[in-house]
Amino acid sequence: MSTTRTKPAAPAGAVPHPGPTGPTGARAWLRDLAMGVRFAVGGGREGWVRTVLTAVGVGLGVALLLGAASVPDLLANRDARAAARNPADTMSAKTIERTDATILTVDAGTGFRDSEIGGRSVRADGDHPVRPPGVSELPKGGEMVVSPALRDLMNSSDGKLLKQRFDDYRIIGTIGEPGLISPKELYYYTGSDTLSKAQGAHRVEAFGYHEETEPLDPLLVVLVVLICVVLLTPVLIFIGTAVRFGGDRRDQRLAALRLVGADRRGVRRIAAGEALFGALLGLALGAVFFLGGRELVGVVDIWKVSAFPSDMVPMPGLTAVIVVAVPVSSVLVTLVSLRAVAIEPLGVVRSTTARRRRLWWRLLLPVAGLLVLLNQDQVTRTGGEDVQVYTIAAGATLTLVGLATLMPWLVEAAVAQLRGGPVPWQLATRRLQLSSGTAARAVSGITVAVAGAVALQMLFASMHDEFNTTTDQDPRRAQLNVSSPEASGPLAQRMIDDFRAAKGVKGVIGRVSSYVVRPGEMKSGDDMRPTTELSVGTCATLRELARVGPCKDGDAFVVHSGDRELDQWVDRTARPGEQVELNSESWGDDASEARGKHRPWTLPKSARTITSRPDPAGDRYSGIFVTPGAIDVAKLADASTQALVQIDPKVTDAEEYVRNAATHIDPLIRVYTIRMVERDKQYASVQKGLQAGAIATMMLIAASMLVSTLEQLRERKRLLAALTAFGTRRSSMAWSMLWQTAVPVVLGLGLAISGGLALGFVMCRMVDKTVSDWLVFLPLCAAGAALVAAVTLLSLPALWRMMRPDGLRTE
Amino acid sequence: MVCIVLRMSIGHTLLGLLESGPRHGYDLKRAFDEKFGHDKPLHYGQVYSTMSRLLKNGLVEVDGIEAGEGPERKRYAITEAGITDVQRWLATPEKPEPYLQSTLYTKVVLALLTHRDAADILDTQRAEHLRLMRILTDRKRRGDLADQLICDHALFHLEADLRWLELTSARLGKLAKEVLPG
Amino acid sequence: MTPAGSLLTADGLRKVYGPTTALDGADFSIHPGEIVAVMGPSGSGKSTLLHCLAGIVRPDAGEITYNGQRLTDMNDTALSALRRSEFGFVFQFGQLVPELTCVENVALPLRLNGAKRKDAERTALTWMERLEVDDVRDKRPGQASGGQGQRVAVARALVTSPRVLFADEPTGALDSLNGERVMELLTDAARSTNAAVVLVTHETRVAAYSDREIVVRDGKSRDMERLV
Repeated sequence: MSTTRTKPAAPAGAVPHPGPTGPTGARAWLRDLAMGVRFAVGGGREGWVRTVLTAVGVGLGVALLLGAASVPDLLANRDARAAARNPADTMSAKTIERTDATILTVDAGTGFRDSEIGGRSVRADGDHPVRPPGVSELPKGGEMVVSPALRDLMNSSDGKLLKQRFDDYRIIGTIGEPGLISPKELYYYTGSDTLSKAQGAHRVEAFGYHEETEPLDPLLVVLVVLICVVLLTPVLIFIGTAVRFGGDRRDQRLAALRLVGADRRGVRRIAAGEALFGALLGLALGAVFFLGGRELVGVVDIWKVSAFPSDMVPMPGLTAVIVVAVPVSSVLVTLVSLRAVAIEPLGVVRSTTARRRRLWWRLLLPVAGLLVLLNQDQVTRTGGEDVQVYTIAAGATLTLVGLATLMPWLVEAAVAQLRGGPVPWQLATRRLQLSSGTAARAVSGITVAVAGAVALQMLFASMHDEFNTTTDQDPRRAQLNVSSPEASGPLAQRMIDDFRAAKGVKGVIGRVSSYVVRPGEMKSGDDMRPTTELSVGTCATLRELARVGPCKDGDAFVVHSGDRELDQWVDRTARPGEQVELNSESWGDDASEARGKHRPWTLPKSARTITSRPDPAGDRYSGIFVTPGAIDVAKLADASTQALVQIDPKVTDAEEYVRNAATHIDPLIRVYTIRMVERDKQYASVQKGLQAGAIATMMLIAASMLVSTLEQLRERKRLLAALTAFGTRRSSMAWSMLWQTAVPVVLGLGLAISGGLALGFVMCRMVDKTVSDWLVFLPLCAAGAALVAAVTLLSLPALWRMMRPDGLRTE
Repeated sequence: MVCIVLRMSIGHTLLGLLESGPRHGYDLKRAFDEKFGHDKPLHYGQVYSTMSRLLKNGLVEVDGIEAGEGPERKRYAITEAGITDVQRWLATPEKPEPYLQSTLYTKVVLALLTHRDAADILDTQRAEHLRLMRILTDRKRRGDLADQLICDHALFHLEADLRWLELTSARLGKLAKEVLPG
Repeated sequence: MTPAGSLLTADGLRKVYGPTTALDGADFSIHPGEIVAVMGPSGSGKSTLLHCLAGIVRPDAGEITYNGQRLTDMNDTALSALRRSEFGFVFQFGQLVPELTCVENVALPLRLNGAKRKDAERTALTWMERLEVDDVRDKRPGQASGGQGQRVAVARALVTSPRVLFADEPTGALDSLNGERVMELLTDAARSTNAAVVLVTHETRVAAYSDREIVVRDGKSRDMERLV
C-alpha cells in the first residue's frame, strides 16, 4: 500500500471522551463494527452506492488474486497432462519388445497459419494397443482422432485447407480432457499402416513419461517473482483505493454520528465496519467473478491462452491468505486514511497544514533496491545459487515498490512550484497542491505496473536478442524449406513436381544430399577419414547453391566455400577422376567399424571447382555437386531430401497449400518457414502479455480515478454552479479536469519509465546482456494518454450536469 | 399607552364596523369587544361619546330610534364621508413606533370585514417601515458610535415589527376565515 | 412597459420546476446605480427571479431586457460572455474555489476574460484593499473567516467592474456585525462604480441598504415603492 499521508498526530485518544463509557476493548470493537455494517447496508441509496463501488472494486482485485493463486496448480496440471501423453521410455536405451500392446509412434506436428498443431502418428503392433490419455480408440490406418478445438477449426470455413490436409483420414473420435493441455489446444493422433522405425518412430509400451524436471532456471525465477510483483502490487493498491471510495461523504455521515454522541474512536470503528462489509461483499463478488472468469477462459481463446476451469483451482493456502488479508487490510486502510481527518460533531476537519512529504525515506527503497541489484554478481544460467535469486527478486521488488512510494512525493514536489498558467491549468495544479494524495495513490499503481513492464520487456528483449537477429535466411529466394528423412531421388522429384503444382508456388529447388567419404586405407596424417557432402540437383537447383557457370545434365562440380581450411578438407575427398565412396559406413574410420557394401562412384575428371553461395535458407554447401545424369541417386546411402519452395506472397495461404501437398506425399515431411528474422513466438507472447497486463492495470486504475473524479464533482456541485453563474466556460472546467488527471499520470508514467529503464538496464547488465530495445515503453505512453482522455471524457457528462445552474437552488 | 392607541383608532374602528350595515350602539360595542376587545372590553360610555363625535362630524347618521324598554336605542349608519374616512385611515401607514400591533391588527380585521385588501395594508406598512429603516441605516453609516447604537436599537425594533408584518401577511387567509362569519 | 432609463427589466416571467411554480408572472426593473432589494418568504421564487435576471436560468415565459438586448434571445455562449463581462455575483456560500488563494479567486473572472495573471492579480488586490481583505490575499478561502471570505467574494464580483451585481443572500451565513460590514462595503463599492445591485435577502436590516424593495410572493412580484 502506498503510504502517502504524513499528517501529524491524529487526535485519536488524545482527549478522553467524557461521555458514558460503554463496553470497552473487543466488545466495543464488535459493537461498532456491527454498527458500521448496518450503516453500509441500511445507509440509504448513498450508502449502498458506496458499498457497491467498494465491493465491485475489491471483487475485481480479489478475482485477479484468486486467478494468480491458481497459477501454480494450473501449471502443474498442465505439466501433468503433458507428461501423461508422452510415450514412456523413448529416451532410454532399453529395447522394447514388440507385443500385442505395443505401438509405434512418432511426433507429427504441423502448423496452420499462426497456430501450432501438435500431433502424433501411431501404428498398433497388435490387437490391444496402449492408448494415449483421452483417446478411447487408437486410430488405425486412414483414421484419426482430434481435439475438439481442432475438429471445430477443421469444420469451420477458415479451416477448409486444414481439412484438405487430412482428407486421407476419417475422424473417428475426439481427444478427451485428460489428453489435452488446454481446452483450445489443437492436437491429433493419426493412424498409419506403414509407420516404421526407419521413419524415426519409436516402439512404445506405455504412455506417461515424466521428463526429469530441471531445477527452475534461476533467471526464470527472477522473472516469475518480478511478474508477480508487477501484476499484483497494482491490484493491492487498487483494492486499497476501492476501500476508500466515497470516503468524504462517509466522513460527513460519521460527523452526524459524533453529534449524537459517538466518540472519535467509535466513529473510526464504525467506518472500519463499513469498509469491512464492503470488503466482505467484495470477497464474495470476487469469488463470483473468478468462477465466471474461469468458465470464460474455458471457452474463449485470448492470446492463445485457455485453460480448463477444473485446472483453475486457487491454492488453499493462498486462498486463505486472500480471504483473511483483504478484510483485515480494508480495516487497516480505513483506519490509516482516517488519521489525517478529524471527524467532529459539527463537521469534518481535514488537516490542511499537512507536513511536507519527506523525500529521504521514500528514496531509500528504490535506491536500496538498485544498489542490491548493482552489487550482485552476474547471474548465469548455470550458476544458479538460490540465495542470489532471492536477493535479486528482493532488489527488484524494493525498486518497484519504492517507485510507488516515491509517487506521492513526486506529485507534491512537482506541483508545489507551479504558479499561474492559464486558468484551467491553475485550477488543476492548485487542486493537486492541496490534495495530491488521492491522485498520487491511484497513479502509484500504474507506476509499479509500467515500470515493471518496461524493465521486464527490456530484459526479455535483450535475452531474446540472439534469436531475434537476422537468420542469414533470404526469404526473397525461397520461403519454405521442406525436408524428409527419407532419401530418394524419386522423392525429391515428386516433391519438386507436387509443390510446383501447388497453388501459389513460383519455384522449387529440390536437392538430395548425403555424406560421402574417400575410400581406401587411411593415409598417414589423417586422424579421421576425409568426408564431404554430396548434393544432387538439376542445374537450376545447383545455381541457387553456387556460382555454377555453364552447366548441363551429366556435369559434376567441386564446390568451395572460400574458407581455405575447409576447402582443403573438401579437396581431400573430392578429387576429379578419383573414386568417392557413397556408403560412408562401408569403410568406417577403420576396418573394424566398417559396415555394409561399398558403393564407389567416380567424380568425373571434367569436374570444375566453383564457389558456393548461400541457399535461400541461409546455408552454404560445399563439397561435391552432381547433376542427376551423372549419378544414380538410389545408390546414395543415408541421404535426405530437401526442397526449398518459393511462394507467391500475394496468394493467401500459399504456405498451407505446400504443407497440404507435403502431407499428402508423406505425413512425416517437415515444412519450415524461412524468415529474415526469426521472431521468437514465446517472446512475442510474453511481450504481448506484459503489455496487456500493464494496460489492464491502467484500466483498473482509470476506473478508480474516474470514481474519485465523479465524487469530487458531486461534492462541488455548488461551486461549479457558482462558477457557471459568473460565466466560466464549460471548456475551461473540462480542461482543468483533463490537467488534473493528466499531471499525475504524466508524472507517474515519467517516473515509471525512468525507473523501469534504470531497473531494466541494471537487470540486463546482471544477466550479461546489452540493452537492445530502449523504446519498449512507447505503447504504454500511448495507453497512458488514452487513460487520461478516457477518464476526462467519461467525467464530462457529470461535469456538464453539475455546471447547470440547478446546482444553485439546492436550498 | 394601550388606551391612547385604542382611543386614536376607536372612531375608525366603529366606523369600519358600521360599513357592513347599520347597528345599534350596543351592537357596536358587542361587535368591537368580540373582534378587538380581547381582555379589555369597551366601555359603553366610550361608544356613546365616540358616536356623538362621529355624528357631529357627519361621518355617521342616525338611521332610526327604537323605543322600547330601558334606554332609547339609536341605530347608526355610516355616511359616504364616513366610508371615505375609513378608506383613508386604512390606506395610511401608521407611523412606525412601538406597540403598533393593535392598531394594525384592527386595521387588518376591519379590512377583512369590509372586504378590502388586507395585504395591501400590511405591504404599505411594510414599505413605510423599510423607508424608516433606510433613513436610520443611512444615519448610522454617517454617524458616530452613539448614533450607531441608537439607530441600531430602533432598527432592531423595526425589524421585529416587520417580522410581525410578514408573519401576518402569511397568515391572512387563516385570519379571514376566523373573522368572517361562515 | 419598460420604465424609462432602466438597465435591466423583466416582464411577466414564468418558471416552473417540475410540479412547483417558482415564478408566476413576475416583473422587475432596475436603473443604473440603483440598489433593489428582492424580499419574500423562502420558496417564494426570489432566487429564481435573480437567476432569470442574470441569464443563468431561462424563464418559461416572459421577457428580460438588458441594456436593449433581449436575454431570452441569446444563446448560452452569449449569455456566459455577458455574465463574465457585465454581471457580478455573490452567493451565500460555496462560491470560492477552495484550492486557489483569495487573490487568485478575486482575479479569476478577469483571467477567464483573458487578462494576464499579473495584471489580473494587481487589479484584484486593489479591490481587496477596498473591501479590507488584502491581508488574506495569499490565504486559501478555508483559512479566512466567514466575513472575510464573503468580502473576498464581493471583491471578486466587482473586479470586472460589472454594471449589475447580483447578490443572493450575501450575508446569509454571517452574524449581524459581519453582515452589516459586508453590506456597507458592498453598497459603497457598488455606488462608487455606479453598478446596479439586485440584492436577494430575507433580512430586512440587509434590505435597508437598498434604495427600493420588491417583494416576491407565490411567484408574483410587487414593487413596494408604488404603494407609498
